[in-house]
This record gives sequence, C-alpha cells and structure tokens, in this order.
Amino acid sequence: MIKRDLVIVGAGPAGMAAALSAYESGVKDILLLERDQFLGGILNQCIHPGFGINYFKEILTGPEYADRFIKKVKTLKSIEVSLKSFVVRMTGNLVLTYLKPGVLEEISAKSIIMATGCRERTREMVHIPGTRPAGIFSAGLAQKLINIEGFLPGREVVVVGSGDIGLIMARRFILEGANVKAVVEIQEQSRGLLRNQVQCIEDFDIPMYLSHKILKIYGKDRVSKVRVVKVDNQGNTIEGTEFDITCDTLLISVGLIPENELIEMAGVALDKKTNSPVSREVNKTSIPGLFVCGNAYKVYDLVDSVTSDSELAGCLAAQYIRSLK
Amino acid sequence: MEIFDVAVIGGGVVGTAIARELSRYKLTIALLEKEEELAFGVSKSNSGIIHPGIQHPSGSLKGRLCVQGNLLIRRIARELGVDFQEVGELVVAFTKEEIKRLHALKKEGRLLGVPRLEIVGQSWLRKHEPNLNKKALAALYAPTAGIISPYRLVYDLAENAVKNGVRIFLKTKVENIFWFKHPQAQFKPYFEIISSRKTYQARYVINAAGLYADDISRMVGCGDFTVTARKGEEFILDKKKQYLTNHLIFPLPTKTSKGILIIKTADGNPMIGPTADMVEDKEDLSTTDAGRRKVFASARKLVPSLDENDIIAYFAGLRPVVGDDFIVRHEDEMPGFITIAGIQSPGLTASSAIALMVSGILKKHGLPLKKKAVFHKTREKTTHLFAIPFSETKKLIKKDQNYGDIVCRCEMVSAKEIKDSINRGAQTLDGIKFRTRAQAGRCHGSFCTTRIMKILSEELKIPLTAVTKRGCGSEIVIKDRAND
Repeated sequence: MIKRDLVIVGAGPAGMAAALSAYESGVKDILLLERDQFLGGILNQCIHPGFGINYFKEILTGPEYADRFIKKVKTLKSIEVSLKSFVVRMTGNLVLTYLKPGVLEEISAKSIIMATGCRERTREMVHIPGTRPAGIFSAGLAQKLINIEGFLPGREVVVVGSGDIGLIMARRFILEGANVKAVVEIQEQSRGLLRNQVQCIEDFDIPMYLSHKILKIYGKDRVSKVRVVKVDNQGNTIEGTEFDITCDTLLISVGLIPENELIEMAGVALDKKTNSPVSREVNKTSIPGLFVCGNAYKVYDLVDSVTSDSELAGCLAAQYIRSLK
Repeated sequence: MEIFDVAVIGGGVVGTAIARELSRYKLTIALLEKEEELAFGVSKSNSGIIHPGIQHPSGSLKGRLCVQGNLLIRRIARELGVDFQEVGELVVAFTKEEIKRLHALKKEGRLLGVPRLEIVGQSWLRKHEPNLNKKALAALYAPTAGIISPYRLVYDLAENAVKNGVRIFLKTKVENIFWFKHPQAQFKPYFEIISSRKTYQARYVINAAGLYADDISRMVGCGDFTVTARKGEEFILDKKKQYLTNHLIFPLPTKTSKGILIIKTADGNPMIGPTADMVEDKEDLSTTDAGRRKVFASARKLVPSLDENDIIAYFAGLRPVVGDDFIVRHEDEMPGFITIAGIQSPGLTASSAIALMVSGILKKHGLPLKKKAVFHKTREKTTHLFAIPFSETKKLIKKDQNYGDIVCRCEMVSAKEIKDSINRGAQTLDGIKFRTRAQAGRCHGSFCTTRIMKILSEELKIPLTAVTKRGCGSEIVIKDRAND
C-alpha cells in the first residue's frame, strides 16, 4: 500500500485551493485525485461571468477563475495531480482505493481532504409524476451539453425550480436561439441570486411563475408538455388553477446536494436533510484527519467562499499532519 | 423465399425464453420485436421476482408454470451467467384471521409442490427481519423465492439464442399475418408476416406480443380474447438502503394482485410497489402522485421506517391481463399458430416453463424437434464491476485498462462495460442503462449521460444528434451547434 501525507479528492475550485494552501502551510507530499480528464471541476462549464468578485476583486468567467488555480497547481512539484482517477472506497482509518485507466491503487494517507463538490437534485427527488421521456435534463447536464459539447438539447424550454444554474441556463437557452417559456418555482421567491434573477430572467422577459409547481410531465418519446398548478403558502395545490405549457425540454434546477457517499462509507455521520457532514467546526468531520471542504461541506452561493473555506481546510490538514510528528 | 420454421413475435422475456429453448433444435427461428431493443415492453418494468408459486390456485396454469419456472430458472441463470439470488419471501399476517389465510396459502402451495414452506412467528421475524412492523404476528416463509435482473435475463437469453442461430429483427412491428395453404398437399402451408420493415414467412408462429397479443391473434382470426393493461407504479430507493429488508416482503394477496411489496432487487436497491390500476391506454407509462402516496402508505404498514426521501427513481409498467390465468395454446382453427397471452405476474418466473410448454405444443402439432449436434448452452458471464471484489477488478484493469475508466460514478460502471454492452446489442441510453446500470443511480445520469452518448456515437458510428433514449423520437440533443 502506498503511503502519502495528504490526499485531496476532487480538483475543482475547492480541491485546488485546499492543495495550494496545504502546500503553503508546509505539506510537501500532496496527491490530488480528479475523476475528470481536466482540472477545474464544474467551473469549466460555467462560461458566464460573475466569478471572483470577492476573492480576486475582478469579474471572471468560470474557466478563467479555475485557470488561475490550475496554473499554480501545475507549477508545484509537491502537488501530484492524477486525472481520470475515481475513488471507489474509503475507510475510517484514512485508506482509500481509487481506479484510473490501467490502475487500481490503495493509498494510506496521514490526512484526507474531500473536495467532491455536489450533485443536482433530480426530478425524482422532488417526486414530479408523469412519463419519463427524453428531454428532461438537470440544468447542469444541459449546461455541459451546450457549453462543452456544443449541442442544443431542445427548443421549447421550461425550467423547473429557480436555482442559479436554472436561471443561468434559461438565459443560455435564449442566447442559443431557443424559446424559454417559463421558470416554475414552488416557493414564493426565487432561490437564485438577485443578480441572476435580474440579468437572466427579467432582462430577457422570461415568465417566472412563483408559487407554482409541475403537476405532471407528458410525452411518450420526448417531452410534449407539462401541467402547472398554483400552490398556497403550505405548498398545497390550488384546484382550478391548472394550466398546460407545451415544451420539448424540461430543465430541473431544484437544488444541490453535497456528494458525501465516500465519507459516509468511511463512517462519517451525515445530516439526513442536507447530506453535509455533521460537524461543529467548518471543514471538520467526526474522523480526525479527515476534512471536507467546498460544496461537499455545504452548498455555497459563490465560488469565492468555496475558495476561502477550502484554503482553511488546507491549513487544518497541514496542522493535523504536523501534530502527528 | 426463405421460410423460417418458427417466427416468434415479441422480444420480451417470454419470446426470448422460447427462442432460446427452441434454438436447441435444428430449426430456423426468427424473433420479431417492434421496439428499438429487446425487453423494452412489458419486461422492462418488472419487479424481478422469481416467485415460489404460493399465491396461485393449485389448479391454475400460472401456478403450475410458476413452480416449474422457479426450478428451471436456476439452471438457466447458471448457464447464462445471470445472477440469481434465492433471498426468500415472507407473506406477513397482522391478525389471527390473516394467520388463517397464511395456512390456506401454505396448503395451496404444498399442493402445487412448493418446497420448504413454513409459518414463522413473531420472534423469528424480529430476529431475521428487524425493520418489519413489530405488530406483524406471523408470516408464511417461502425460502425458494428469489430475485434476478429481468432485463439482463432477457438480453442474455437473446444473446445465447443468437449464438445458437436465432435471428432477431428489431424495429419490426408486425402489421398483418396471412395463412397460405396450397391446394396440393405436398406444399406445406405457411404464414406470411407483414411487418413495418420486411415480410417474413414461417411455418409456425408464436404470438408472445404481450400487451398486443390480442391484436396479433386477431390478424389470423383467433382474437377471442382482449388484453387489458393493469398499471403498476414502482419506486426505487437508494442503494444505501440495500439491507432495509432481508427477504421479499408481501402482504396477503388480494383478488387481483399480490399487493404492494417491499422488493429486493438484483442490483441492491430496494423497490416498493406496484400499484394495480386498470388503464385504457396501453402506452400509459406515467406515474402519479396518488400512486406514490398509496405505495408508501401500504408499504409502511410492512416496514414503518420507509422514507420517501430515499426515492431515486420511479416508473410504471403495464401488466397484460386476460382473465385470471395465462393463455398458452395452439389455435386449432389456425394450425401452426400458438397464442401466449395474459402473461402478467408470475410471467418472469414462468417464462422458461412456458418455453418448454411451447416446445411441447410445437412437437405435438407436427414440428420435428431434432437436437442440434452442437448447442451452446452456456455463455460467458457479463462483467459488472459493482458485483465483484476489488481484487478481481484489479486483475481486470491489468488486462484491459478501460475497466479503470469509470463513466458512471453512482453505480461504478466503466467505459469497458459500456462498450461491451454496445457490442452485445445496446443501441440506446436505456439499453445501456438496463444492461450496465450506468445512469440508474442517484444522480440519474447528470454526470455520465454526455460521456455515454459519446461512446454510443463512436461505437455505433452515428452522430451525437442520432443518439436516443429509447429509439427514434427520443433523441437527446436536437442540434449540433458546430455543424448547423
């Protein structure tokens, strides 16, 4: 079994910030595992501006923000980057197993930082009934298909939920020549940042239905329409307020959940509702030496805060490794 | 003109089981399926339960075929390398009155020949099924109940059938059937099957068309029955809850269904359902809010700790219903035409017994069944990383590095497994999902759909805009921005 001082899982903004800060705090043996073939994580597909206002005092796009960290990480020999590397198991005594093409490796680490980010809640998690045709996308998947792969997923779009990715993707679809027919939000207020409500929805005259929910999805092979209904402040549907919107595409943007299945496997207690580690101090878990940072710790509104808190995680890991000596 | 000895209409578990069974003999066999892939009809929305046979009247065809099928599936699963797990089932009673019904079920089961039935009491239940409602008084324990992946069974049956010479024609919807009888006796009669693609000729036709078996039989004037659709909604829970129960948990059956169950599945995720509601539309696969509420309310009576927040997926399936029993018969007015209809539960279990019965009917009606010199009865087991220990994964990765290239993070499916599934016949995202479980986990393909689309596009040499979820009309992306 290979022994390492610090292993960081995930090389998005959180993992890279943690790696750089751990290095600056004196850790000289760092392995950064990334499942994708690039560094940068989800920032790579966030080509819109608005990143870095707090941290860099500049307005950057996602790839630009990521690039500032990627350049630094690549210059440091002490940070070994392993791409296409997928962690499949983790134990409470800080041993992890990962796969990459041609390799299955077990590593014992003095400290581990989990920077695994989050995933999108699905249509199934909010129990929207109806059929299961093509044309239902999580907002992030649609974002990847358009921004990275260069494909338009659909032409007549309804956005379900008003999370930031949903709002940003509503604008993106309009810019791509599609028609965004509605954003349907069950709560009384949009969940997204004010700037996204204004710049992505109001500026493009996209109808926003607050206190509404999707009653049913229709369509055999491809989405054909959705039935929408108004809800009262308890979330109960108000009869007689139903109406249909024809569409070929549904974007689901109903919130994010920290990806913590690996630390759960290792025995870390998770909050049932948020899927965050149960923890009294930021980045810490119930297992000494195991830290969680970025959106895996809790879902942040801004990447700038992810960076700051992940830098702290790097310091904490460095302190912990020093304390072992 | 090529005249097949046998044409099987319908590529679900019944059709493929028959094709595979008949492929032992020196016969030319065609299997016609209207969908893009096999198992895309009734078979795809199956509970995956291999029933022991205790819930059917002892005189019924389905009871007999179920018990026989439960035995046969073990050998077939072994031969084809499909995982079968004998997990056992419990039919739970909450009152003294219900305990009496357990005894009646046990008696019927004994008459059918279901082995090792036992009534277990409260202390047994608390020890072996700790999450079961503490108010449960007793249960009928049927240890021979098991679970299997219904899709993988169909695909592996079909693959083995093809290896033994069966020809499968997909996207081939049968539109009409004619019977040709030459006035001169030396020319044997045959059927002409007009399909959406080509016209096929066959001496014998086996109608295993599921929900549409009535339409097919009507084409030859044998439509004295109607297939109605009874919808079942099922809810799949996160794999984290794999050990919610140790057995399949049943309430006492009602007249029309086995009730709402707690199901263990071959892939580890618990599944809850199904509902049982007649629907008009044979294409209505929509789920409902009412269905979810009903399923959870009923299932909580069995396992009170069930949590709707653990739902990761749901679907609806349609049972093809014709009266109370199965129909498996030769149509004497139309010699050579065999109707198989009303194969609802326990159809998956009974499928291999139905296949044997059909081969008997064919023989009786003049089809010579001569064994082939070489019948490939086994196939190499498909590799699933999620089902093997890391020590084996390590060896596989050494042999082929693509096993280390993980595509689906939730279910741990590698690029190699996805490519293999395409080589074995997957054409669509659903076809890949059913074979490999990629996209079937908690993120529902948010992270892996793009990668799988690319692999499909490369392997099938089609543009990404032609990649579909389940066939024509279900394309995922509609426009290539670069080449538009």
